[in-house]
Amino acid sequence: MTLKDLTGNAPAMIAAILLILLVLTAVAGPYLAPQDPLTMDLDSLKQPPSKAHLFGTDSKGRDILSRIVYGARISLAVGIIASALSLCIGIFFGLIAGYFGGRTDIILSQIFDIFLAFPSLLLAIGISAVMPPGLVSAMLAITLVGWAGFARLVRGLALSLKEQTYVEASRALGARPARILYKHILPNALPLILVAGSLRVGGFILLEAALSFLGLGVQPPTPTWGSMISLNRAYINSAPWMVIFPGLAISITVISFNILGDFLRDKLDPRMQV
Amino acid sequence: MLFYLLKRILLFIPTLLGITLITFILMRSLPGDPVAGMAGERASPETIARIRAELGQDRPLPLQYVGYLKLLMTGELGRSYYTNRKIADDLIQKFPNTIKLALAALIFASVIGIGMGVFAAVKRGTVWDRVVTLISVSGISIPVFWLGLALMLLFAFYLQWLPPSGMGNGNFVYIILPAVTLGTFSLSYITRVTRSAMLESLSQPYVVSARAKGLSEADVVLKHALKNSLIPVITLIGLDLGSYLNGAVLTETIFGWDGLGRYALEGILKRDYPVIMGVVLFGAVVFVSVNLLVDISYHFLDPRVRIKEAK
Repeated sequence: MTLKDLTGNAPAMIAAILLILLVLTAVAGPYLAPQDPLTMDLDSLKQPPSKAHLFGTDSKGRDILSRIVYGARISLAVGIIASALSLCIGIFFGLIAGYFGGRTDIILSQIFDIFLAFPSLLLAIGISAVMPPGLVSAMLAITLVGWAGFARLVRGLALSLKEQTYVEASRALGARPARILYKHILPNALPLILVAGSLRVGGFILLEAALSFLGLGVQPPTPTWGSMISLNRAYINSAPWMVIFPGLAISITVISFNILGDFLRDKLDPRMQV
Repeated sequence: MLFYLLKRILLFIPTLLGITLITFILMRSLPGDPVAGMAGERASPETIARIRAELGQDRPLPLQYVGYLKLLMTGELGRSYYTNRKIADDLIQKFPNTIKLALAALIFASVIGIGMGVFAAVKRGTVWDRVVTLISVSGISIPVFWLGLALMLLFAFYLQWLPPSGMGNGNFVYIILPAVTLGTFSLSYITRVTRSAMLESLSQPYVVSARAKGLSEADVVLKHALKNSLIPVITLIGLDLGSYLNGAVLTETIFGWDGLGRYALEGILKRDYPVIMGVVLFGAVVFVSVNLLVDISYHFLDPRVRIKEAK
């Protein structure tokens, strides 16, 4: 895969540019946001979009654009960190289950299946409800919901890769399992694992938004895209911009991740090259 | 056949135990001490110890888990902290509403999804194909709760074609917006799978021969290609049924639909933990049961699956 593949695919290219802009927005938030996201301006409550407030203001007179800029940090941080954490846990247990097989595999696979047996949002609700709500509980809930899917994928990959001759050769030379897993199996499984990971980031961001919407994520007054929608949804008819813009931010972000994920899968997954 | 059924049902038991173990652990790790809450602030240590013993909380954890399982076996999910109503009763009362909504969403998603998928496959490579692809990517990317609000704004407030929320005593128009909202996610997957299955069928020799014998294009597409593409699509629809519970939590909240989802949200807002865990446990059991039934019914319906099992 080269950069040329990316520039030749207009939707993937646009998605990549949007995501780069989004990351820059999240990093440079304080310098970009026109106003402080928490300052309430009682003289300009529920103002429609205007030059002074591009996306309008909310019911407490806070600038919606600034709140969306700050909200990007939470969405991206949770989405990316939860993906990375659940990938690590999933890779660890998936490799062990797939490589060692036997009873280890049966027990671990049963555990994966139990986690996958829950409807994802319900499990995330259950987990985050028992912790004090906030950034950590949202991340932990999403990680615990997400890892089992990766584990099952990695298990399958390890199961087929361990039959390869180079693994056999390494074993014959007396390499320990840890070395075989790390040096031979993981690198060969990695492209597919990363494709699966990139396809899930969008879903994790949606899950974070849903938890925030339900009041189980990062708490007010810190702005998150999901909580902006739930706090302002009573005004959907009288002041729709309060709800429309945060939702657009979530949608565009997740669409970009999914388009890029699809693109990576088409390029990196050999099973797709028909 | 009997062996297969038995095996599936036996494998179902550890999954159920695992689910209850997770909800038990979650219940035990709740913040605060429910016993202290029940006893009141000025309760003596003796009173607290007595209540603890009554609830069985002085026993070792494995025994407590067994007690929890025994309660579950009798259909006892505890009572709401606030209304003191039995959670099992509430769930049974609200579940039919969620099923009704999910069925409406399923019909919407299947009909429109298969239609769009066939259309995109027939128009492969054209602008239409790309439009359908974009719609299906958007469908899995747009947050359900925002989609619901946006549809409500457009169809209920601006155009005033449909009621914004409520159940309207079963009046059909009230279910349209929630069903579209809930079904969109699934619709996107159905569209994708239909499209790729159709592309495969359309390249098969029997399609060439159907065309060669002079059938109209509509007959070729619908009677020959679509019929043979439906198995993966129906598989997907079956496996996806349980995930309607996720969307239902959010959709019901937006539209004031009196089902499990809204019940769960009320529990969350009031920190009514037995209610939250009741819904989580019930949802998981429904989810795995539906998957099991779908699996078993394939076994009966599709001989190819049976042969694969035998190998």
